[in-house]
Amino acid sequence: MPSATIIKNGRIIDPKNKRDEIGDLYIVDGKIAAKPSKEILDTADTIDATGLVVSPGLVDLHVHFRVPGQKHKETIRSGTSAAAAGGFTSVVCMPNTSPAVDNAGTVQLIKDIVDKEGVVNVFPTGTITVGRAGEALAPTGSLSRMGIVAISDGGKCVQNAGLMRRALQYAHMFDIPVIDHCQDYSLSADGVMNEGFVSTKLGLRGLHKAAEDIIVARDVSLSTHTGAHIHLQHISSKSAVDIIRRAKSRGINITAEVTPHHLALTDSEVESFNTNFKMNPPLREEEDRIALLEALEDGTIDCIATGHAPHTDYEKDVEFDYAPFGVIGLETALSVSLAQLYHSERLSLLGTLSLLTSRPAEILKLDKGTLSEGADADVTLFDPEETWTPQNKKFFSKSSNSPWIGRELKGKVKKTLVAGKLVFDGQKILAD
Amino acid sequence: MSWNRKDLISIEELSASEINTLFETADAFKKVLGRKTAKTPALRGKNVVNLFFENSTRTRVAFEMAAKRLSADVTSLDMKTSSTAKGETLRDTVENIRALAADIIIIRHSAPGSAGYIAKILDIPVLNAGDGAHEHPTQALLDCFTLREKWGDLRGRKIAILGDILYSRVARSNIWALNKLGAEVTLVGPSTLVPREFERLGVKVSHDLKSALADKDAVMLLRIQHERQNASAFPSLNEYTSMFGLNADRFSWLKKDAIIMHPGPINRGVEIDSDLADSSQSVILEQVTNGLAVRMAALYLCSGGSAEAAIA
Repeated sequence: MPSATIIKNGRIIDPKNKRDEIGDLYIVDGKIAAKPSKEILDTADTIDATGLVVSPGLVDLHVHFRVPGQKHKETIRSGTSAAAAGGFTSVVCMPNTSPAVDNAGTVQLIKDIVDKEGVVNVFPTGTITVGRAGEALAPTGSLSRMGIVAISDGGKCVQNAGLMRRALQYAHMFDIPVIDHCQDYSLSADGVMNEGFVSTKLGLRGLHKAAEDIIVARDVSLSTHTGAHIHLQHISSKSAVDIIRRAKSRGINITAEVTPHHLALTDSEVESFNTNFKMNPPLREEEDRIALLEALEDGTIDCIATGHAPHTDYEKDVEFDYAPFGVIGLETALSVSLAQLYHSERLSLLGTLSLLTSRPAEILKLDKGTLSEGADADVTLFDPEETWTPQNKKFFSKSSNSPWIGRELKGKVKKTLVAGKLVFDGQKILAD
Repeated sequence: MSWNRKDLISIEELSASEINTLFETADAFKKVLGRKTAKTPALRGKNVVNLFFENSTRTRVAFEMAAKRLSADVTSLDMKTSSTAKGETLRDTVENIRALAADIIIIRHSAPGSAGYIAKILDIPVLNAGDGAHEHPTQALLDCFTLREKWGDLRGRKIAILGDILYSRVARSNIWALNKLGAEVTLVGPSTLVPREFERLGVKVSHDLKSALADKDAVMLLRIQHERQNASAFPSLNEYTSMFGLNADRFSWLKKDAIIMHPGPINRGVEIDSDLADSSQSVILEQVTNGLAVRMAALYLCSGGSAEAAIA
């Protein structure tokens, strides 16, 4: 007898199929299924989803799980637990580990650890260059054979345009997308926050928007000439949005993501010198924030990704200048995205969820992010109205470097299923 | 009279009334300094610790002497040669110093926000002696105290701040202080060191020295920081001096009787002609002397001293 689960009476939203209706969702043997026979239904587990949204499990193209090498910040277990608690069932992890994922053995190591302790699906990436040093190409072919879904220098940007062109040409041969953290180092220099009025007032060194714009423009040009797919990470500046919009209108093969914190916050937060507002790219200004929201509305930016970057409290509890860049985001992304897009009435619930499910999955051709029949039964149930307040040290992530500590959020994940199996029940992680 | 702060971190957070309370307290301490036994017992038995993570002569010595005039015990630490070099965090350093029964900490540090950061950690007074390019509150207080001695009131006075504004904590603290006291501020210097963003702080920004100096009652010079030359903010010191250096000719563009100020250390021949620095209109040494009284007032008020009692 096949094992079955019925998720009853929820508001089923499947952006890929433009489905938004109250109903029952059936899972048989870990896959989304049509209504099964009465015989199967009689023995099925039932989950009551009354008043809840039933969404495809969320997909995040950008997390840092710190394994191997920095388990004090995050492990695969803690990172994937944070994902499940935030409603994410598939995550793409960046290769800036220690050692970096520039060889097949490290990919295998990560996959073995994921098999052992992963709570959700983890898709590894490899580096563009050896040791992320921006000097010599990493073995994209071998990495690709090991099952990486993209290459990226994870937090670093290849500065040499000639080398980047070669990387794109080479990766294109394997149909492997190249993910870029767009930043020209001669402009970003030793900046620690957005360069603008607030940095001028506080006396903090600025990280100029042009550092992002220039590499976005470079990547557009290189994609134009190589045909390779470049995915631009965490776009933060209004002028970069303009460059992407024009490139897309010409059909250039680029995609882009934005983080929830860039959608919701601005550099005025740094006035507190709270290092949980230090990230790279930095929080920008209100006009940038609005441009990012508009870019999601018109499709210029394709999806939302967290950039989940755990750091311990003792690493972040230092002078602003010395704190590492980055914040965690998996557990708050859905709430923050709902606030900025759905509750603010910029997008429908379906439109908002598409940015967290079907569209990121399409970018890296992951067979995820939908409730189509036959799809893996990765499902997230959430209450879009329930409020909650993130607390320091109460995250499933091993780190607590969140800008949302103490701020009330709206929208709470109630259950997360991976391949039909309940892994988060709204309170705790159930995977073994 | 109002002062309810344990810390002095920034001028931005002070009200004009708090600034005036501090000035009136400093007036009283300046009288003490003129006495034969220039010392009061106000902080007797208190341990004042000077934590200097950056070079300083004037500010460190002024704080030391101010604390000693208040009868405190003073320890000065040069943090460049201490445990910080071994990788200790700032939190651990200051918690250790607190555990040694420090009563007041004075900190200078290259990172903006660092003084405020330790003030939140510690339950004892923290005085900011300069945090990166952010603020240097006692410098602005002594500058404005000096102008107040000259003019009685700063309201309606026009002051130019000339030089490397972008990297200057002195400029930022003075912008806040002068604005709060009713003066009008114009920033002047090369566009790379005086970005337009400053206008949102309620000041004028100019890159034309002549028009910027035309109607000013005082010019406040800032040191051109040689060590930041790498950043190529301007082509050379010579070019800077030729465009923005203050000399006798350019000084004549100011109002008659205008005052020249400089927080030191001076680069003679770079931002100011040597003769001009020593002229009768320069108050550079008065600034230094007033720094003592102002810092006594700051130490006294932050450690709970009553302004009324000091003035009485």
